[in-house]
Amino acid sequence: MLKKRKKLGRGVAVIGAGMSKFGMFRDKDSKDLFAEAFNETIASVDKGVDPNEIEALYLGNFSNDFFVRQAHWGAMISDLIGLAPKPATRTEGACASSALAFREGVFAIASGFYDMVLVGGVEEMSKSSSTEVAEGLALATVPYEGKVGFTFPGVFGVIATAYFAKYGASHRDLMNITIKSHKNAPFNPKSQIPFTVLELMHAKIESLKKKGRPVPEWKNEIDFLSDPGANPSIAWPMHLYDCCPISDGASCMLLVAEDLAKNFTDKPLSVAGIGQGSGRGFHAAPSLTSFEATKNAAEEAYNMSGFKPEDIQFSEVHDCFSIAEIIHTEDLGFFKPGEGFKVAEEGLTALNGPMPINTSGGLKSKGHPVGATGTSQLFEVWKQLRNEAGERQVKKNNLRIGAAHNLGGTGGTCTFTILERK
Amino acid sequence: METENISDISYEKYLNEDKLMGSRCKKCGELYAPPRPICIKCYGTDMELVEMKGDGKLAAFTCISVGPPFMVEEGFDRKNPYCVGVVELEEGTRVDARIEGVDTGKPETIKVGMPVSVHFLHREKNNTQITYLAFKPK
Repeated sequence: MLKKRKKLGRGVAVIGAGMSKFGMFRDKDSKDLFAEAFNETIASVDKGVDPNEIEALYLGNFSNDFFVRQAHWGAMISDLIGLAPKPATRTEGACASSALAFREGVFAIASGFYDMVLVGGVEEMSKSSSTEVAEGLALATVPYEGKVGFTFPGVFGVIATAYFAKYGASHRDLMNITIKSHKNAPFNPKSQIPFTVLELMHAKIESLKKKGRPVPEWKNEIDFLSDPGANPSIAWPMHLYDCCPISDGASCMLLVAEDLAKNFTDKPLSVAGIGQGSGRGFHAAPSLTSFEATKNAAEEAYNMSGFKPEDIQFSEVHDCFSIAEIIHTEDLGFFKPGEGFKVAEEGLTALNGPMPINTSGGLKSKGHPVGATGTSQLFEVWKQLRNEAGERQVKKNNLRIGAAHNLGGTGGTCTFTILERK
Repeated sequence: METENISDISYEKYLNEDKLMGSRCKKCGELYAPPRPICIKCYGTDMELVEMKGDGKLAAFTCISVGPPFMVEEGFDRKNPYCVGVVELEEGTRVDARIEGVDTGKPETIKVGMPVSVHFLHREKNNTQITYLAFKPK
């Protein structure tokens, strides 16, 4: 019967990557942002590339239809980058939309049909009000959740209370995740919030002083984050600083058949493992403190690559909310279930720790233009594995294996991608 | 008698009648709530609707301060958050629901594991009756 090989038909390599700055831009639209990412991608190819060689585009976009009332972004972007009349395909997997684009692009080359494809994603969210964004994102919840009033922070609030009750963690543990991720943020020039929590605290103090308002006596970041005046509840126990911002942005990567990669660069990255999974809502999920879609994605990617969790030297994980980072690092096998909440305080996931997580600053500080996030996480892996990450460079001997985990919806779509520098 | 359609539409119709329904596979006996038209355990398609008792325990919850427009219209905001949660029914399945009768201003007083029972919240929207599945502490 079925053999279930789950290997690529031929090797695929990344030869270029780029991303726009992430942020809230009144004067830039999706095309402007994608142009930024595209131009950087073409310029990043060490030995140069003729964009006319690109044979197809796979583009992730979750919901520009809702956010800016324009759909059909595959074709729009194919016109922008001069790809038309060659094919463009849009992929949608909520916040994992561009990781799906990456995966489909990999399969298109692995099948032997194309030699070079562009993959990426774009989202333009900040022109909607925050209520509209909440409503737009809630389109990706399971109907039983959305209909009774769940929001995205609410979904992760539920996961947090389930996790706290099961393992004895508290909101204080979540603060350590936020503090850790923001420590990497000032070193990322693409970051939407390029500040540490301490810097944000001092900025708040200055702003209160200027307004002649009383200044609370915050001694440190934990004091600051414990103050509901500075860090109000959004969906308890998710507070403002547990949630990623509303963002605009784009990212993309250029993929080629591995045997052609050396024509373009001496430092290509191989797609070592690529996995995807689907999940159900709370009503049917096997656990409230784990995502079955992540576990399926991880199993596929580990099996394909032959790597184990301990072989991964650093990883981006989908920290749309602080609690999410804890759940993912457990689901991906980096830490044992019930241990993930302790590791940030112990420094294990810091930039200089044994298992750096979210060296980009994560979605929390880098920003989360949902359809662009997946390939932007892989952009970080690209930078790190090529030793081009500047001040946030992971300093490990023989850095060659990095990964990115992307989550869509309330765990409905998850991917895990392992890249390797050979 | 015509076989009743098992769908989210019929699920909501029963909520309007103060009934929380699930479905059971006649072939393997697996129970689902909310009801499923296909048994995902044995792929049986002969399913029957069954009413749930409506008792369970709170498996997890959140108190939401920034809600979608339809909750804001009901008067919920930062000063008046609402609680939603996941309830594990006595029958062993889970449902998403609003949680009533708890102090959302003091969420630390709401306990995971507390026994709850079903409560149907009727609202009218554009001249149509809608019902929110809700639970209250016992």
